[in-house]
Amino acid sequence: MAGKANSQRAFLEVSDLSVQFPTEDGIVRAVDGVSFAIERGKTLAIVGESGSGKSVTAQAVMGLINKRNADVSGEVFFDGEDLVAMPEEGLRKLRGNKMAMIFQDPMSSLHPFYRIGDQLTEAVNAHEKVSKASARDRAIEMLHKVGIPAPAKRFDDYPHQFSGGMRQRVMIAMALINSPSLLIADEPTTALDVTVQAQIIELISQLQREFDTAVILITHDLGIVADVADEVAVMYGARVVESGSVDDIFYHPQMPYTLGLLASIPRLNQVPGDRLDPIPGNPPSPLRLPTGCVFNPRCVYQDRVTGDVCQTQRPALEDVGAGHQVRCHLPATERQAVADLTLNLLGRPSR
Amino acid sequence: MNESQEPALRVTDLRTYFPVRSKGLFPKTVGQVKAVDGVSFSVQPGQTLGLVGESGCGKSTTGRSVLRLIERTSGRIEFDGLDVTEMSSREMVPIRRKAAMIFQDPYNALNPRHTVGAIIGAPFAVQGVKPPGGVRKAVQELMERVGLNPEHYNRYPAEFSGGQRQRIGIARAVALKPKFIVCDEPVSALDVSIQAQVINLLRDLQDDFGIAYLFIAHDLAVVRQIAHHVAVMYLGQVMELATREDLYSRPLHPYTHALLSAIPIPDPRAQRQREHIMLSGDLPSPAAPPSGCVFHTRCFQAQDICAVEKPEIIEFEPGHKVACHFPIVEFLGTAPITGLDPGLTKQTGAAGEDRGSNDLIREIGTDYGAAPNTPIDPGPAIWR
Repeated sequence: MAGKANSQRAFLEVSDLSVQFPTEDGIVRAVDGVSFAIERGKTLAIVGESGSGKSVTAQAVMGLINKRNADVSGEVFFDGEDLVAMPEEGLRKLRGNKMAMIFQDPMSSLHPFYRIGDQLTEAVNAHEKVSKASARDRAIEMLHKVGIPAPAKRFDDYPHQFSGGMRQRVMIAMALINSPSLLIADEPTTALDVTVQAQIIELISQLQREFDTAVILITHDLGIVADVADEVAVMYGARVVESGSVDDIFYHPQMPYTLGLLASIPRLNQVPGDRLDPIPGNPPSPLRLPTGCVFNPRCVYQDRVTGDVCQTQRPALEDVGAGHQVRCHLPATERQAVADLTLNLLGRPSR
Repeated sequence: MNESQEPALRVTDLRTYFPVRSKGLFPKTVGQVKAVDGVSFSVQPGQTLGLVGESGCGKSTTGRSVLRLIERTSGRIEFDGLDVTEMSSREMVPIRRKAAMIFQDPYNALNPRHTVGAIIGAPFAVQGVKPPGGVRKAVQELMERVGLNPEHYNRYPAEFSGGQRQRIGIARAVALKPKFIVCDEPVSALDVSIQAQVINLLRDLQDDFGIAYLFIAHDLAVVRQIAHHVAVMYLGQVMELATREDLYSRPLHPYTHALLSAIPIPDPRAQRQREHIMLSGDLPSPAAPPSGCVFHTRCFQAQDICAVEKPEIIEFEPGHKVACHFPIVEFLGTAPITGLDPGLTKQTGAAGEDRGSNDLIREIGTDYGAAPNTPIDPGPAIWR
């Protein structure tokens, strides 16, 4: 990977990213050799359960991991620059400017003591020399764009005067005020109600089209993934276990964990009230990740693999189609067989 | 449903108001938040009523009022035909053996300084029940029944994952074999793969012990898998109450349509083809609910009368109740989220009084009420 010309690189290219936190109880491997790429105007969804490392991946890309508390290794090439090697000063110039982040909790992400307008103009002033009046104009225009009614009046309000959905809109306005080319949205709608969630997802998509932004969407909701993602990376136990286009993941999934996730959510063709098909067991602790394949303690298909490779050897991320990669020891024929089992269950026989 | 049987729970015109007090040394009551405002429903033995709605709609307050954990303002609550509304807390003690609760947050619902054995055994101690073979044996049987390792009897909640903690909460709730359990968002704090495990467990326990559930949730897809009947709440009132089949395949209330339409379905091709009913604005404050129909400020069907006159909840069809002046009947037989005919949808940037002229948010579906006889392409039936 090293020495690759920038013209060959994707807009954002993450390769072999690892984040480890040394703790009293041992080393927490939060992210373990994660790679993905994303182009401008596209949306990559990172899917996984709590503790799978999806949020830490996003924070590492933004350079938000304090390197005194953690070991970050690997490469994050953003528009030709390696963010992992970049000093804090350079990162600060990028954050909130060329790259921005929306957090899950709009209640705690805005400063309660400062007016909305001041928090928005601060984002402008931090990166550009502009007059107070023009910064204000830009903030008001942005509030209008995200659908805040009477933005000139609301400019002087405090965060507590906004509802949860409106606060998330303010967060989005703040993130997008400098027209970033990369937006990371970490569970942007988890704290919101479904009708408001639909508004916010639509808003992010429209602003993405307008600014040609690359979006990394971190979520556990496969419905939202199906709605907006172009590419999907499924994370489990700090690793990417399957990645591909949204159609690959939903119509040609191969990794048993992906299959289990698809089968365990309430299904559309399911008779109402029918039993669900959960993944047995519990997610692993990042302190004690299983050896071999991280999913092996919960995998129902490991008896189809000869020997004990699932328990002893870490499977490599293997190409199974154009841009579709799977980390699994199952032989190709068996993988197809178990995928067909799930797809039949879902009522979506593979083509 | 066996109508001749007494319902496990019957709630009639339940109202729970919270006073709003002025600030200062001598606070005065200056208003009321009508958290629950005239709610009626019943739950049959061994069945589940799903209570759905957005945050602040009063669904949790309803659940807590029903168990008398919050004092109601008016209305009647009956368990098994027994009126418990006016009972003193001492009289309630034997009733609490029959009615339990499962909480949303498995991290805060368990005392971190008590062992799992003490937590699950607490109902026996509180009620003075001596199970044959002793409490320890009963607790270990319960642990086994809900999928926990009985050897973990002496461990503390912190040693368990979220899903396992919810199993502890469930074991505690079913310890005295109650007839009725209020489940307040029991799976919304859990990971997707764990949610399915817990829902299956709740259903197995219902089948084994004949427990009736009041299942409070915001996730309509989850409710569809567990509830026999569903009530949709908005700002303290029931908007629609129907069997699961009717509610998901033939919803009448515009709010139910909007809720169903807002859930993204985990199937990219179907999701791309769907048209969405996008509600404008946020939930109004329950301290100052809109006049007339509480939903009219966000409703795409609303007409002048909706702002003036509150629609009473009526039995629109047998077993299917709705509180709306203009229920959506032209979709009869099809699901609303199966894709409205694109020809019938239009952009209405101006609708929604609490928004500016905002061209980024698209709104759809305001027009089809005006053309009741237009045939509509049902598309693939997704939720039926």
